[in-house]
Amino acid sequence: MLVSRKWLEQYVNLDGIDTQDLAEDITKSGLEVEEVVGPQLDDENLVVGYVEKCEQHPNADKLSLCQVDVGEEELSQIACGAPNVAEGQYVVVAKPGTRLPGGLKIKKAKLRGEASEGMICSLQELGIEDKFVKDEFKDGIYVFQDDVTVGEPACPLLNLDDEIIEIELTANRSDCLSMIGVAYEVAAVYDKDIELPEPTVLMDQEPSSDYISVHIDNETANPYYGAWMVKDITIKPSPLWLQNRLISAGIRPINNVVDVTNYILLEYGQPLHAFDYERFDSKEVVTRLAKEGETIKTLDGEERTLSSDQLVITNGKEAHAIAGVMGGEESEVQDDTKTVLLEAAYFKPQVVRKASKDHGIRSEASSRYEKGIDITRVKEAATRAVQLLSELGNGKVLGEIVEEGSTDWDPAVVTFTKNEINDRIGADISLDEMVQIIERLRFDYEVDGDTVKVIAPARRQDIAIKEDMVEEIARLFGYDNIPYTLPQGVMDKGGLTTRQNLIREVHRYMQKAGLNESLTYSLTKEEWATKFVSPEIQNLVVSPVALKMPMTDLHSHLRLSAIPELLSSVQYNVARNQYNVALYEVGSIYLQKQPEVQPEQNLRLSAAVTGLWESHPWQGEKKPIDFFVIKGALEGFFDHLLEDEVTFEKAELDGLHPGRTAVMKLKDDVIGFVGQVHPAVQKDYDLQETYIFDLNLDKVFDQAAYSENYRPITKYPAIAQDLAFVVDRDLPAKQLEDAILQQGQPHLESVQVFDVYQGEHMEEGKKSIAFSLLFQNDERTLKDEEIEEARKQIVTHLESHYQAVLRG
Amino acid sequence: MKERLKEIKQEALDRIQSAADEQSLQDVRVYFLGKKGQITEVLKGMGKLSKEERPVIGQLANEVRDEITEALESKKAKLEQVALEQQLQEESVDVTLPGRPVNMGGPHLLRKVIRDIEDLFTSMGYEVAEGPEVETDFYNFESLNLPKHHPARDMQDSFFITDELLMRTQTSPVQARTLRKHDGQGPVKIICPGKVYRRDTDDATHSHQFTQIEGLYVDENIRMSDLKGTLNVFAKHIFGEDRSIRLRPSFFPFTEPSVEMDISCKICGGEGCSVCKGSGWIEILGAGMVHPNVLEMAGFDSEKYTGFAFGMGPERIAMLKYGVEDIRHFYTNDIRFLKQFHGV
Repeated sequence: MLVSRKWLEQYVNLDGIDTQDLAEDITKSGLEVEEVVGPQLDDENLVVGYVEKCEQHPNADKLSLCQVDVGEEELSQIACGAPNVAEGQYVVVAKPGTRLPGGLKIKKAKLRGEASEGMICSLQELGIEDKFVKDEFKDGIYVFQDDVTVGEPACPLLNLDDEIIEIELTANRSDCLSMIGVAYEVAAVYDKDIELPEPTVLMDQEPSSDYISVHIDNETANPYYGAWMVKDITIKPSPLWLQNRLISAGIRPINNVVDVTNYILLEYGQPLHAFDYERFDSKEVVTRLAKEGETIKTLDGEERTLSSDQLVITNGKEAHAIAGVMGGEESEVQDDTKTVLLEAAYFKPQVVRKASKDHGIRSEASSRYEKGIDITRVKEAATRAVQLLSELGNGKVLGEIVEEGSTDWDPAVVTFTKNEINDRIGADISLDEMVQIIERLRFDYEVDGDTVKVIAPARRQDIAIKEDMVEEIARLFGYDNIPYTLPQGVMDKGGLTTRQNLIREVHRYMQKAGLNESLTYSLTKEEWATKFVSPEIQNLVVSPVALKMPMTDLHSHLRLSAIPELLSSVQYNVARNQYNVALYEVGSIYLQKQPEVQPEQNLRLSAAVTGLWESHPWQGEKKPIDFFVIKGALEGFFDHLLEDEVTFEKAELDGLHPGRTAVMKLKDDVIGFVGQVHPAVQKDYDLQETYIFDLNLDKVFDQAAYSENYRPITKYPAIAQDLAFVVDRDLPAKQLEDAILQQGQPHLESVQVFDVYQGEHMEEGKKSIAFSLLFQNDERTLKDEEIEEARKQIVTHLESHYQAVLRG
Repeated sequence: MKERLKEIKQEALDRIQSAADEQSLQDVRVYFLGKKGQITEVLKGMGKLSKEERPVIGQLANEVRDEITEALESKKAKLEQVALEQQLQEESVDVTLPGRPVNMGGPHLLRKVIRDIEDLFTSMGYEVAEGPEVETDFYNFESLNLPKHHPARDMQDSFFITDELLMRTQTSPVQARTLRKHDGQGPVKIICPGKVYRRDTDDATHSHQFTQIEGLYVDENIRMSDLKGTLNVFAKHIFGEDRSIRLRPSFFPFTEPSVEMDISCKICGGEGCSVCKGSGWIEILGAGMVHPNVLEMAGFDSEKYTGFAFGMGPERIAMLKYGVEDIRHFYTNDIRFLKQFHGV
C-alpha cells in the first residue's frame, strides 16, 4: 500500500511529525514501512507560466522562442524544443535556479544566439513516471487543463512535494488497504483526532427504480448489492488533485468515472464498478453463480471460461462482470458513456479469492474483497462516489438506491480482565492505560470493575479473540516497553538424544577423515531418482515419490540416493579446476512403500571422492584416492561406532566398476555399498577416477554400541610370526585371514596382511600373500612349541583347503 | 727406564694430539697401553731394577699410563663433539618450507549455524525435535490454524505430492506433532531444525529447498516478555553482545500476538546505512505467542497453558553473519566455499 503523506494529512493532523519518524513509529506499532519516497521536487522556482507568444527560433528549425508570463514584471524569453508548445498554454516553467530531479540545474543561457531564461518542462523531466503521463503529453511539454494562476508554485499542483510511504501490510491488516484505515491507525499511534469525509449528495427526483432492479440469486456468496444510477454524465479527464491522488498510490488516471471508482477504492477500501448503462443493456441486475462453461470477455480483453463456484454480475442474461474480480469489456465505461450504473456490493471473500486464483487475476478490487471489506461502509463509500461523479462529471444522481441484501454486521465481542492481559504480556499496564489505548483505537467498549468488554468494529475483522486484544494493547503500549524476562518454570534437562549424538559423531568422524560436509537437494531429476540406489533399498520401493506440479524437471522427484547430486557437485568443482574433491552428506532418502502413503525417511551417509587423497609436493608425496583409501575410512568409521564387524563383499551394481565395488554387510544384512564409479558413467559426468559410498545410517545406529569394559594390559610378551603363501589370484584375502584366525586358536590374537604380490616371478593366475600373526596369552608367556603347533595347524589347513603353498 | 717412560709419554701425547679420528686414537691406545704395548714392554724390564728403584719406576709408569689415558679420553670427547657438530650441521632443515598438510574436512556452514543454535537452546533445557520432510496437509497447515482455503496459504506456495501430502513448507509441523505427544501436559521446550521446501525459482535470494529452525516453549504462565528475553539471549549469542533487538507486530496464523524481531545493524550501529536500508535495523526472525487454536488442537488447555514460538532461517543468519551474498552457495558445494568454514 502506497500512502501519500499529503492525502493522509486530509484526515489526521501530522504537523511537526517528520515523515521518517512517522515511518518508524508505525513500523513499530504494526504497519511495516518498506520505504519512504520523495519529495521528488520541492522548489519554488518551478512555477506556472503562461505562453503569451510562441514564434519560430530564427536560427534553429526545431526550436520555438516563447515569451512566457511567469508572474514577474517582465515576460521571460524561453527557448523550447517541444512540438506541442503553443500560445495560450499554461505550462510548467523551471526558472533559472531550479534543480530538476535528474540533477540538471537550470541557468540563464543563450541558445543559438537567443537568450533563454528557464525551461518549459515535460512531466518526465519533473520525475513523473512515463506510465502516468497522458499520451498527448508523452512526447512534449505538459499543459495544464485545470484553472491555475500564473506564477503559482507548480510543485504542489503536480504533487511533486509529496512523500510516499510504502507499507508492506501483513495479511491480518487489510483494514489498512484504505487511506481511512491507515488514518485510523496513525491517529491511534499518535492519539490524535481523525477527520473523516461526510458524503452527501443531492438526489434527483427521478427514481432509479425506473431504470434498474437488483436481484441476488445467492445471498451467501453475495450478501449485499446496491445499484446507483448517474445520468447525463460527461466523460472527461479528472481534475489534477484527483489525478495526483491516484498517481501517488500508483494508479494511472483514465477518466473521471474510472478515476472516481479508484479513488473510493483507495480512500475507503471499497471496490466499486461502473457499468455503461446503455451497453449493460438491461433494466435488471442479477447476481448469480456462473453456469459451468459460461464465458465472459473481461476488461483486459481476455475471453474467460467460468465455473459454477464463481459469482457473476449479469444483466439477467449474460455475465457482465466476475464479481469482485474484473468487469466485462462489453459494458465498460467509454468516452461516449452517458449513464453510469454504479455497483457497490459485498461479496464473500472466499468466492472472490477462488475466482481470482482460478483466473490468475489479482486486481485492486479482488485483493480487497478477498480479505474482507468493511460491510458497514459500503453505502457511505458509494454515496461519496456519486457525490464526486455529480461534481466532476456533472452527472445527475437518480433518487433512491436500488439494493438487495443487507449490510448488517454481527460484531465480535471480546471480554478480558486487566490481569489476563498483563499476565500474557508480562507487563504491568493499568486499567486506565488499557482503556486509553482502546479509545485511541476507537473501539466501542464497556468496563465493569477490572473486566473490559470490547466490541470490534467491522473495519477490524482481525479482532475476534482475547489474544487479539493482547496484541492491540501490547503494540500500542509499545513492544519496546515490554521487559526482558526468561520463563520462570522448572529448569529441566535438555540436550540431544542418543541418535542425535550419533549423527554428530558421524559428522565429526567424516570431517576428521578428510571429507567436507555438503548439502544437495532432496528433489532431483526423474532419471537420477533411481540411480545408485543401495541394494537393501531397491526392493522396498515401487518408484520414487513424484511432485504433482514441479517447478522444473531438475527437481521433480524425491531422491532414493544422494549420490547423483553429489557426483554433480564433484563435477561442478572439477569443471572449475578443483581436482581434489572429497564430499559427504548426511541426509534422508524417501521411501514410499505404498502409493499415496506418507513416505518413510531413511538416513544415509553418502560420499563422492576424487583426485589426490594426500599430497606433499616438494617431498614428492602423492596418494591418489583408490578403493582402499575409502575402505579404510569406512573401516575406521565402523570401528568407531560398532562392536560387530562389517564385511565387504565383492558386488556388481549398476553404475559402478564391476571389479572395484563391494556391498557392506553387518550381521549378514546389507547396509550399503562402496566402489568406483563405472568408467562409462565417469565419462558422462566428465570425471576422472571417482569413488563413492552410500551407507544406511539407520541400520548402523540400530547396532551402534561401544564396549565400556576395560581390558587390563598384559605383562606377558606377544610373539610375532610371518607366513607367506602362494594361492590362486582370485582367492579373497579375507577368506585366508578368517581361516588363519580360526586355525590359530587359542592363542592367535590377530592376523594382518602385510604383503600382496602378483606378476613377475609368479606363476600365471597365482599371487603371493603374506600375513603377520601375533600370538598372545594374557596369563603367561607362550612356549615355542605352542606357537610351532599352531603354525603347523594353519599351514596344513591352508594347504588342504585352499591349495596354498607355503613360501620358504 | 725413567727416561724411556718420559719418551713414551711425550710420544703418546704427541700422537694423541695429532689423531684425526677415533680409529687413530684406538691405535694409539693399543700401541702404548695394550697388552703388548710400549708401557708393558718397559715394565717387563722391571726385574733388572733394584728393590728401591722398582716402586719409583712402577709409580712413574702408572702416572704415565694415567696421563695417556686421560689424554685419550679428553681427545675422544673432543672428536665426538666435532662429529656431533658436523652431524647437526648436516641434519639442518629449512624450517620455512611448508609442512605436510593434515587432510581434514569440515562442517557445512549451515550445520555450524544450526549446531550453534541447538547448543545454545539445549543448554537452556530445550530438546531437539525432528519430523518428516514429506508432511501431511493436516500437520503442515491445519494443525497450525491454517484450514484449507485460508488466505495465508497463498503466502507459501507448496510442493504437493498428493492432495494430502506435501513437502513441508516450514518446520512448524514438528511443533504440532511434539505438542500432541505431550498429551496436554507442559512444559514443552523444543528446538526443531530441518529442511523445508517451497515453490520458488532458485536465484540469489530464493531457494526451493532451505533450512529452518523453530523453537517452542509451552508451559503455564509463559509471557510475551519471556519471548522477548529469550530472543535477546539468542541474538546476543549469535550476533554478539553489542547488538540489541527490537520486536515489531506482525502476523502469522499460528501465533497471536505475532512479532518480527530485528537486530541493530552491525555496520552502522543503528544510525541507518545502506545495509539496513536506512532503518538501523535488520529483520532476523518471526515469532509470537502460540495461538490458542494451535494449543487446543494439540490437546492443551489454552486457558491454563500459554507459550511462545519462534522460527528463523539459518541461511539468512549465515548470510548476515558471514556476508554470504548468494543463497545458492549453500547448495552448490563449491569446495572453495565449503573449506572456508572449517575453523572453530
